[in-house]
Amino acid sequence: MMNRKELQQRFVAHLDPVLLLAISLLMLVSLVVLYSASGGNWMRVFGQFTNIVVACAAMWLVANMPLHYLLRSAVPIYIFGMILLICVALFGDISHGARRWLDIGVGTIQPSELMKVAVPLMMAWYFEKHEATLTLKNYFVAALLLLMPVALIARQPDLGTSILIGASGFYVLFLAGLSWRIMLGMVLMAVASAPFLWSMLHNYQRHRILMLLDPSQDALGQGYHTIQGMIAVGSGGLMGKGYLHGTQTHLEFLPERTTDFIFAVYSEEFGFIGNAILLAMYIFVIGRGFMITANASTYFTRLLAGSITLTFSTYAFVNIGMVSGILPVVGVPLPLVSYGGTSMLTLLLGFGMLMSIHTHKQLVKT
Amino acid sequence: MKRIIELKNHQREIYYFRFRLMLSLGFVFLMMLTLLLRFAYLQLMKHDYFQTMAESNRIAVVPIVPNRGLILDRNGIVLARNYSGYTLEIASRKVPNLEATIKELSKLVDIQPKDRKRFKKLLAESRNFDTLPIRNRLNDEEVARFAAQSYRFPGVELKARLFREYPFGEATSHLIGYIGRINQKDIHRLEKDDTVSNYRGSDYIGKIGLEQRYEKELHGSTGFEQVEVDAGGRAIRALTRSAPKSGNTLSLTLDAKLQEVAAKAFGKFRGALVAIDPNNGEILAFISRPGYDPNLFIDGIDSENWEALNTSLDVPLNNRALRGQYPMGSTLKPFMALAGLYYKRSPSYTINDPGYYTLPGNRHRYRDWKEGGHGKVDMFKSIVVSCDTYYYGLATELGIDRIHSYLSKFGFGKKTGVDMNGEVSGLLPSAEWKMKRHHQIWYPGDTVSVGIGQGYNLVTPLQLASATATLANNGVAYRPHFVKQIQRASGNTPEVKPEPTLDLHIEPQNIALVKRAMEAVTKPGGTAVRASAGAPYRIAGKTGTAQVIGMKQGEKYDADKISEYNRDHAWFIAFAPAEKPSIALAVLVENGGHGGATAAPIARKVFDYYLLGKLPKPLPATAVKEGEQSD
Repeated sequence: MMNRKELQQRFVAHLDPVLLLAISLLMLVSLVVLYSASGGNWMRVFGQFTNIVVACAAMWLVANMPLHYLLRSAVPIYIFGMILLICVALFGDISHGARRWLDIGVGTIQPSELMKVAVPLMMAWYFEKHEATLTLKNYFVAALLLLMPVALIARQPDLGTSILIGASGFYVLFLAGLSWRIMLGMVLMAVASAPFLWSMLHNYQRHRILMLLDPSQDALGQGYHTIQGMIAVGSGGLMGKGYLHGTQTHLEFLPERTTDFIFAVYSEEFGFIGNAILLAMYIFVIGRGFMITANASTYFTRLLAGSITLTFSTYAFVNIGMVSGILPVVGVPLPLVSYGGTSMLTLLLGFGMLMSIHTHKQLVKT
Repeated sequence: MKRIIELKNHQREIYYFRFRLMLSLGFVFLMMLTLLLRFAYLQLMKHDYFQTMAESNRIAVVPIVPNRGLILDRNGIVLARNYSGYTLEIASRKVPNLEATIKELSKLVDIQPKDRKRFKKLLAESRNFDTLPIRNRLNDEEVARFAAQSYRFPGVELKARLFREYPFGEATSHLIGYIGRINQKDIHRLEKDDTVSNYRGSDYIGKIGLEQRYEKELHGSTGFEQVEVDAGGRAIRALTRSAPKSGNTLSLTLDAKLQEVAAKAFGKFRGALVAIDPNNGEILAFISRPGYDPNLFIDGIDSENWEALNTSLDVPLNNRALRGQYPMGSTLKPFMALAGLYYKRSPSYTINDPGYYTLPGNRHRYRDWKEGGHGKVDMFKSIVVSCDTYYYGLATELGIDRIHSYLSKFGFGKKTGVDMNGEVSGLLPSAEWKMKRHHQIWYPGDTVSVGIGQGYNLVTPLQLASATATLANNGVAYRPHFVKQIQRASGNTPEVKPEPTLDLHIEPQNIALVKRAMEAVTKPGGTAVRASAGAPYRIAGKTGTAQVIGMKQGEKYDADKISEYNRDHAWFIAFAPAEKPSIALAVLVENGGHGGATAAPIARKVFDYYLLGKLPKPLPATAVKEGEQSD
């Protein structure tokens, strides 16, 4: 029989204390800022706390999963996710002009969120499988595995998610050693096809991109989000207006205060110094992710860990960039801080995988 | 062998992987650096700019509309007041589908077709950033129902407002006038007066009547409040505040109860009545019938009511007392008599009236109203029996120039200068005027008809009342006025103590003669017996008839044969008590026929109420004497 101490050790054995500390700091920021952003609504804070608890439990489970479980789960999860995406395209619920949700009787789910985990997992699995005999054909198949879900999600339309999933898949390709020549060719192709892609975009998406160039053109319409976000950030100044004293926030000029624009709330109240500290926290998480990636023992785990870490960085960059007005408003939450159960869950699943990769490497070697 | 190659590959692979990982790390640092630079730009370099933006976002200057001043009668009875109530307003620019929104709203509050029509009318007239009322005066239940559902209606607001109300409604309509929503024309005028800033936040302005004339006093000055607003424009808290100053209270010279009695006394008749205190020019009653409900106009009248008021043959919107111009008929005779006396016609000069008058060398007969004439008539009798023939002769003897110069001293042909906008001047003809207006010389025949108040003569009821007051006051004239005192928060202005505008210096024996004759008019044998029958005080008066259609030579007037709107207008001017008048009035009953029969009883009711505080008993039919059957 195990004694109490042993049990405790077993419980935390697969958690990475450094990564756990880093993400805990960000989740603490989330609760603190949410209280202000929601106008002192404890229900909102408690809701986010519940999200965190649930997501942490999922993270613990994944962290404790041996790596071959992860490896074996890649294909089924990916196929399941694709089926759901096709179902959404066929029977999904329409909300705000987009078909993103699937009604499963007890509630609605957003399969694109699942794909955030499934796509890098699948691609890493594919490269692992063909590790010994990698040819150009394999990169091409991997790219197809990526483009299918990305296209389906882009069609919903959900530009933000499709770009992020696309990025996560691209990171796998890049880390798997995609040749520079092909990447250069892809860039040229992207430039060449830009007019075509532009014509594929929905009007509101074009509008958002145009607004970025001159948000004041439509100050009460599409540009409103961007302008109010920039005002909030800019008026924060060096020290910020002080916790709970952001006028943009508390007078409700900021849209989506608890979700996509929560960074503006933080930035208004804590200023440049607060922003620098927040970036440091993200760099702390990302740095730990890089260390885990660098030390990962197999091809599969390296690719997966690298993709998860880089995707996380991209999330943070895209969200903060859009709130501070250098990227279009694409509907990406601030990772670990924005209110929302699904995004918290997918992020912590990713961190669970990182922890599993870090703590199971000995087991794999034996 | 294979194993070695694999190991080598493995080493190289890890090397390559780490190289790419380092590149990625560099990429991440680049992203973070971009963000940091962006923060530095927004928060350090441009901080002042965004600080200002945030401030202007949150601070709004909100006008505080002052309470409009009250209007009281001479005894403090309220004629125009404010009450607070709820109104449902729509900011049309914030509502994408007005029709659907109004339809949904009508499920919560009662919205009549006329409310919709009025709203549409307002929408067409308004500035597009206005919020416009769809329903006024919501009851408590409706307020509660909407409040519970208001989240469904962005752009629709429940507002607590002060409403203007005129408790006497129709009775004081032409006097008080009304306020209405500010339109483009009003804005133009305000801009000209440079007072437009004082109307920020105000929706209403005096449109007509005393509400218009005393707009500056009644409106008050607008206060301002700096408030912190949220993104929806809702005020969160006040930062600084400068209080509004309420409008001043107008105390009128009017006697509201007398006004009501006078309005009622008209019954179904159209017409006008102006009663003045001859000792100071204070207007005691000011009636134009029919009136209208001024309360309808406040929030923009709906098209049905507007149509009804505008197309009615009775022209209820016409302020007859101020703007109606009528021939004065025989009510001119006392003034003509004074003119005669002034120009040395002897009171005892007597004519023998055959029932008509002819100018020397002309066969045209100017008929007296009484066939066969009045026999021997001196000045006294000429007033009592209203002898036309006497005045034909007198007018010819005086000539138009002297008539014009003397009568204009009583204010005929001139605005009285009353404190209400839109007054008209009537017409006192002269040879000069006829040449200018008609490019014709003045004929002696013109003078003849002027002598009995027909022809080119035109007078407003207000003018005639004012002239009567001057006569009652022995020729000392006061400007008629409505406002006795303006009560300001800083202290009341002294009561308006009007100085006499003119003293005609009428010889005492002359005025005494005319007054005695006018008193006899209301006695048996006079033309207005009905006016004084059974009165415990003495009334002096004069009847008059203003022709609506002319009559050919030899034709006889028959009221029954003429359609109602073409019948003669009835006049009665009077003052009481005759020996020391405290009230003088002029009554006009449109198409009322004979002054003694229709206008005089109205005057009597007003006198009784004013002097005795009660209404006269209905007269027995036998009291009607032959004399008042005619002019």
